[in-house]
Amino acid sequence: MTGIGVVAPTGIGREEYWEATRAGGSAIAPITRFDASKYRARLAGQVPDFDPAERLPSHLLPQTDPMTQYALIAAEHALDDAGIIPEQLPEYAAGVVTAAAYGGFEFGQGELQNLWSKGGEYVSAYQSFAWFYAVNTGQISIRHGMRGPGRVIVTEQAGGLDAVAQARRQVRGGTPVVVTGGADSALCPWGWVSQIANGRVSLREEPHRAYLPFSREACGYVPGEGAALLIVEDADSAHARGARRYGEVAGYAATFDPPPGSGRPPGLERAIRMALADAEVTPQEVDVVFADAAGVPDLDAVEAAALRAVFGEREVPVTAPKTGTGRLASAGACLDLVAAFLALRDQVIPPTPNVTRAHVAHPIALVGPEPVSASLQTALVLARGIGGFNAAMVIRRAA
Amino acid sequence: MTVRGPHAHHRVAVTGIGVVAPGAIGTKAFWELLTSGRTATRRISFFDPSPFRSQVAAECDFDPVAEGLTVEQSQRLDRAVQFALVCAREAIADSGLTLGDVDPYRLGVSLGTAVGATMSLDREYCVVSHRGKYWEVDPERAVPHLFDYLVPSSFAAEVAWDVGAEGPVSVISTGCTSGLDAVGHAWELIREGSADVMIAGATDAPISPITVACFDAIKATTTLNDDPEHASRPFDARRDGFVLGEGAAVFVLEEWERARRRGATVYAEIAGFATRCNAYHMTGLRPDGREMAEAIRASLDIARIPTTAIDYINAHGSGTRQNDRHETAAFKASLGDHAYATPVSSIKSMIGHSLGAIGSLEVAACALAITHNVIPPTANWTERDPECDLDYVPVTAREQQTDVVLSVGSGFGGFQSAMVLSDPEWACRD
Repeated sequence: MTGIGVVAPTGIGREEYWEATRAGGSAIAPITRFDASKYRARLAGQVPDFDPAERLPSHLLPQTDPMTQYALIAAEHALDDAGIIPEQLPEYAAGVVTAAAYGGFEFGQGELQNLWSKGGEYVSAYQSFAWFYAVNTGQISIRHGMRGPGRVIVTEQAGGLDAVAQARRQVRGGTPVVVTGGADSALCPWGWVSQIANGRVSLREEPHRAYLPFSREACGYVPGEGAALLIVEDADSAHARGARRYGEVAGYAATFDPPPGSGRPPGLERAIRMALADAEVTPQEVDVVFADAAGVPDLDAVEAAALRAVFGEREVPVTAPKTGTGRLASAGACLDLVAAFLALRDQVIPPTPNVTRAHVAHPIALVGPEPVSASLQTALVLARGIGGFNAAMVIRRAA
Repeated sequence: MTVRGPHAHHRVAVTGIGVVAPGAIGTKAFWELLTSGRTATRRISFFDPSPFRSQVAAECDFDPVAEGLTVEQSQRLDRAVQFALVCAREAIADSGLTLGDVDPYRLGVSLGTAVGATMSLDREYCVVSHRGKYWEVDPERAVPHLFDYLVPSSFAAEVAWDVGAEGPVSVISTGCTSGLDAVGHAWELIREGSADVMIAGATDAPISPITVACFDAIKATTTLNDDPEHASRPFDARRDGFVLGEGAAVFVLEEWERARRRGATVYAEIAGFATRCNAYHMTGLRPDGREMAEAIRASLDIARIPTTAIDYINAHGSGTRQNDRHETAAFKASLGDHAYATPVSSIKSMIGHSLGAIGSLEVAACALAITHNVIPPTANWTERDPECDLDYVPVTAREQQTDVVLSVGSGFGGFQSAMVLSDPEWACRD
């Protein structure tokens, strides 16, 4: 992994995001993007206001939803960070794999409104692609002239890890460089009403008490928006070009939960064990866990039990910096990967903002609202997508 | 049999097929339709199409309850998920697989869709916004399962629950190549050893006002509204755009040795798959077909099959001028002179272009072509376009030994995909 690009509620750009994350910063606040006063949930993690015209070519602005703008900015940052100029690569040497969950919902709402209030002839020529799930892979590949394999994966919040795993598969299959990650945003009335329909969104009013995974006060999650893009490269060619490496993707697995009511065990523990086996890492070697941290009591219990089953009595530190950003759908797990790689780089575990301690029913060593210095070589990142998707990824610090 | 070391790739067999297509519910009816050369395109009946530029579509006559879904499922699930469930059940029954004999941890799902729950989203948007009257929407009018329409991973979850899959499960959404890429994704997972059996395929049900309007806006769809039965005319000189369609196809893909051990009937082997991006334009195609040609070459390389072995090309053949030229050029660039000797056809001439689903419907057509040694025709092809000078199998199906088939797809976003399928006996004959 040689490049990072971030557009997050807590900061645009790698270091801005990381400084806020290390310090336990939180961007959860009342929604300002639209009038949310009549909805039952009114908090979100919003990307700070910026002028897209300063960061993107003007021709892209009318044809892109905010989530695509975030994806394009993050992809450019990631390529710059890795020192890669795609035009200098062989023709099919660079691919793009993104995860998506919501598509371009704000753009879509505008065109639906045009259609139904004014008529079909008022629908934008860009509607045919600006909202659909494949748009970010397409736009990134076009902007940077990347002609290798493309893929788009939809597994809700698990997608951020599933995309990186697919990028690894493509690197192993002979594509030396892959831009990968996730981007999502649905902070418009139509997107908001659709998000909160899932019944898991926190209805609490106080920003610091709304998303408290593993806590006794857990009451759901706060949605967020943003993008996190990474550059995954073949280790040998990255070494050959003298690239700075944040670390490596050492192991991965994905599982799916059994049908509701089947009585069979949930799949998260199995995903963790398979990812560790894939990385040839024992539980004792894992130095920190970046939790999925659903914020829903039953799901927190499943995750805590899975960690307990794998790590036993050993108190591996568990953190969830996403309590400062909200859950970013397909961007969320990839943002956790960013935080994990930077934690390995700086030998510090970022905190879990607002959560002071885990509920006694969840026997995990939760890192509270303060960062913890530690010797870190190996991290485990977990993600679950609504519906039953589980993904686990093991990363290692650069040697 | 080839001896394979511990790091060798697993081979992948297609052992079951399920189809919901315009004019044909079920695999048998689908194959009869394709080989008859009949078309299932008609004037749109789901809503009044008269305000729109393009008023033709290929619609499925689909009754979810008659096809085995519950009334609750028929009300809650988007039409595209309903298609996928019906197809998955048909594919499993067809494969002879007993789900109880499959380790659920080694059973996965890979489902493609380009536009997810578009029909439900269009409908529910109208409800919560009072038909677009207000930017602010009314949360009291939102249905509880709106989130499942928002995030199409719910499609794969429904199928996984239905079949009891607890292995890798995902939705692949690469626009109009989703149907090839979802099958290709499943192929990758079995090939590398991450699953033994994958329920793989794709579905889309996009025939709603917003979809029709967005393709009107870029003039991608046909205006042959006076003759809907003959409106889808890939490679024909008089074609003027694609005909929107809907449907699904789902397969049982199995690790080769596993399929052999249980004595399964194998329709075809998926021998190779590759994708490339054109990095050119979100909706435009370079006339030289360069990236599609590269995807074709790469898929043949993986399959270790020479270009001259290809017996049939199932084209993307959408019926837009830019596609038909692009693709014809890609076949020439990748196959050389063999392109002129290879039959090429587009089943979109009969069942329209169902966006993300069509790639899987085309894989179904390829597997059935291999099984029956019959090549489905390009319906409505009557007038040669000087830019398209290959053998497009006009109007009538052709009986011909068909062992190696290439299927290609091309989609908005610049996606170009190619898959090679071969007769299970072919390698032995060779």
